Amino acid sequence: MIPELGHLLLYFALGAALLQAVLPLIGAHRERRDWMLLARPLSWAQGALVLAAFVALSASFVRNDFSVLYVASNSNSGLPLFYRLAAVWGGHEGSLLLWVLMLSVWTVAVARFSHKLPLTFAARILGVMGLVSVGFLLFMLLTSNPFDRLLPAAADGRDLNPLLQDPGMVIHPPMLYMGYVGFSVAFAFAIAALLGGNLDAAWARWTRPWTTAAWVFLTFGIGLGSWWAYNELGWGGWWFWDPVENASFMPWLAGTALIHSLAVSEKRGGFKVWTVWLAIMAFSLSLLGTFLVRSGVLSSVHAFATDPKRGLFILAFLVITIGGSLLLFAWRAPKVGLGQRFGLLSRESLLLVNNMMLAVATGAVLLGTLYPLFLDALGMGKISVGPPYFDTVFGLLMAPLVLVMGIGPLTRWKHDEGGPLARRLALPLVAAVIAALIVGFAAGRISLVTTGGLTMAFWIVFSLLVDLKPRLLPAGGSAGQILHRARLIPVAMWGMMLAHFGVAAFSFGVAMVKTYETEKDVKMGPGDSTEVAGYVFKMNGFQEVQGPNYVAMQGQLEVSRDGQTIAVLRPQKRIYRVQQNPMTEAGVHSNAWRDLYVSMGEQLPGGDWVVRLQYKPFITWIWGGCLLMMAGGVLAIADRRYRVRSGATVSRAAGVEAAA
Amino acid sequence: MSWRYLVPLALFLVLAGFLGFGLNLNPREVPSPLIDKPAPAFRAKLLADPAKTIAKEDLAGKAWILNVWASWCAPCREEHPLWVAYARQSPVPIYGLNYKDQTKAGQAWLQQLGNPYAESLTDPDGRIGIDYGVYGVPETFVIDRAGVIRYKHIGPITADVLRDKIDPLVKRLNASV
Amino acid sequence: MFKRLRLLLLLTLAALLLPGFAKDAEPVNSDPALEKRVMALAVELRCLVCQNQTIADSHAELAVDLRNQIRTMLQQGQSDDQIRRYMTDRYGDFVLYKPPFKATTALLWVGPPLLLVAALAALFVMLRRRQNASPDAFDPDDDPNDNNDDASPAGNPAR
Repeated sequence: MIPELGHLLLYFALGAALLQAVLPLIGAHRERRDWMLLARPLSWAQGALVLAAFVALSASFVRNDFSVLYVASNSNSGLPLFYRLAAVWGGHEGSLLLWVLMLSVWTVAVARFSHKLPLTFAARILGVMGLVSVGFLLFMLLTSNPFDRLLPAAADGRDLNPLLQDPGMVIHPPMLYMGYVGFSVAFAFAIAALLGGNLDAAWARWTRPWTTAAWVFLTFGIGLGSWWAYNELGWGGWWFWDPVENASFMPWLAGTALIHSLAVSEKRGGFKVWTVWLAIMAFSLSLLGTFLVRSGVLSSVHAFATDPKRGLFILAFLVITIGGSLLLFAWRAPKVGLGQRFGLLSRESLLLVNNMMLAVATGAVLLGTLYPLFLDALGMGKISVGPPYFDTVFGLLMAPLVLVMGIGPLTRWKHDEGGPLARRLALPLVAAVIAALIVGFAAGRISLVTTGGLTMAFWIVFSLLVDLKPRLLPAGGSAGQILHRARLIPVAMWGMMLAHFGVAAFSFGVAMVKTYETEKDVKMGPGDSTEVAGYVFKMNGFQEVQGPNYVAMQGQLEVSRDGQTIAVLRPQKRIYRVQQNPMTEAGVHSNAWRDLYVSMGEQLPGGDWVVRLQYKPFITWIWGGCLLMMAGGVLAIADRRYRVRSGATVSRAAGVEAAA
Repeated sequence: MSWRYLVPLALFLVLAGFLGFGLNLNPREVPSPLIDKPAPAFRAKLLADPAKTIAKEDLAGKAWILNVWASWCAPCREEHPLWVAYARQSPVPIYGLNYKDQTKAGQAWLQQLGNPYAESLTDPDGRIGIDYGVYGVPETFVIDRAGVIRYKHIGPITADVLRDKIDPLVKRLNASV
Repeated sequence: MFKRLRLLLLLTLAALLLPGFAKDAEPVNSDPALEKRVMALAVELRCLVCQNQTIADSHAELAVDLRNQIRTMLQQGQSDDQIRRYMTDRYGDFVLYKPPFKATTALLWVGPPLLLVAALAALFVMLRRRQNASPDAFDPDDDPNDNNDDASPAGNPAR
């Protein structure tokens, strides 16, 4: 009964989404206030219906209802409750429902917090979001129904993929989807603005917090995915440039460019065409990601079970959505003004360079990801494009970007002088190179590439400090005034600095880990010990461990340094009872300076195991950097000016509306 | 409408075209670089009689089929009846390559399921397989009378593949003088 | 695998009960420098069985076999390039995670630098055009006081 109810609820949700899409959009076009006013209640209705359907699917999982095909494919009675709920998004159909749920969360949020927006604008935004909902609900109902029955019911389920039975993996999809889907808000804002022909600074101010919020979620989702892979896959890697990883990274890059472009649009009314285009691009890349994961076009460890019919539907949806918005863009964008003037050397021009570089980086990742497909389609053979390519290309493209990152915040808006600017920047640049060399020397080895990477990290930090110092400690000011002066700096600016600092921390972590990590493969039996990077690892023994739905062989290693025991690591080799594939659970000891990473390889005849020990300096800075970026984004959203100036905005926008 | 604003749309449509085409391709299938190249040399023990060996040169003069199989391979079971049936009317000998398997297990498997092979070669450490670019089982090669590989099929064969690709090819290879 | 683990537990218990001796764990392979070279090559090669891991990380039998093959070839004194050619002769370019530079992959390698140059050129042209445009093409400056409220104070001579 419950699955059928869920299925019905999805149909009702589709109906609500259709009304939500059609009525407000026509209402905005025909200036029918009553139709436009329906946008918000219909959004709430759609949200409630989708939520109810989601609850129905979750209920089937909780109740172990194996007469539902999707539940039987992704769950098992031995699965702990926590993972049974996570299994709702463990496969294609359920993750689609999660996608739609996240979309309705954002839609309801926009409906709730858009009261200060002009009605026509809000109606169009919700209408566009409704169109996206219609697309995905239709996709689900026509090709990927999570409520399909399996008759006769299975005795037990095929279990959730053991790789997904991990807390990090549980939060990763919802956060990732909040990010992906969140860019649909910026997209809707852009389409609404193009439709209404109104792209002023107020539009940018409204769009900005929503976009930053989506970006924060996406950063979290990607960072979490990387951290999970590191802990769960057992080989110590954290990014593989896998097509699906790239599919999430490209919207992130476009989203980053979008945030920066919105800053200029808001402050100076400039970059409007760029901003609208980036808003369309960011969401289009999200949709492209959805296609790549679910169509079987690219081979990936992440790909869901594929079906050409599904791939065709998403492709059609892509063509309609992206093609339609690019057509609208081509039609309306030429009429958009140039914004305010700015000089050849100004913060605006540097932000433009920044956006160009991010766009080039996005293009490069797209090229590398899709190139094997291009060649294969043209019958020119099959190739692979992997980490060696991406690391090189992306790393090189980052250098000019980071250079601009250090210069931009110190540059004035509208117009700046090259001479004084260069003089201010000379010190941080030299200091960055020196600091990089010192770190390399301290670590025991200096290499050109590493010095480059470290210089980039230090450059960002030092240029930020050069900017901060006169604000906190101006000439003639006293040190006691620091806190007071710190509060004078806008919160959004602290956000920017924190986020940029996060990028620096990330770069530092990457440079250090890639250059100075060491590993050792040894055969270990009870009592054996070995040394890596000054740490002594002693194997105390192995024991069998029973998990709720797996059995594992657990090694116990005592780690000590200079005679002092630091940690006891317990790497495991697990066999999940249902799917019978072995999983490696690494034993990791983390701190801010280094990770000690131990994983079990194969078992040798005789009882010993091959154990891989890795020393990874500063690897936590990679995810720490992601957290700092997120924190920066949160601060940027929290800036009071979004709340204070909105009163003035309404009358101004109304004036524009009346004039239009 | 300014033409350069249409460029993103044009590029996107080209991309969409490729993606659509890509739906019909299989990204996991790895084509062989050995097509139209001489088949790698080998000397292998016979499955039926490990005391005897056979080398590639022994098979020259006539086209032949090499079918890579193993007793632990499930899809091999699926395709095997097709080989057994085809062997009765095949104009060319079919040689099996018992890949990374135990002799006893391989012999038992053939006993149980039928033996379409003129002979089966053993490749216990997979060395011959690596030379032939084998990466999964089953795989099938068609080799001409001069010892050049002319065709490779990855995965279990189907009746269609036998009828439309392999059979015509071996007939043609045999006919040419 | 289940039964093997139980057997292992028994063996381990037995081993623990016997007077064993703690020793320095042997490296899996006797020559660490050689292993480094094996791994350096293996991380660039794609495992054809799982297809989304390198030969270095994959546990598939073929991956293990190929790692051994690389080791043997290095011990015989073959160069990295020779080993890569060995792999591509048998498996095609698909096995290389770093695509070779050929006519068909020229666009892949040249693309990003080309894109960069094109972007910078477009930027230059755009900025030039803005410089030369008449003032009415732009929005009026709504901040004539140069209210750089978040520009660096030290860089602003007016303060």
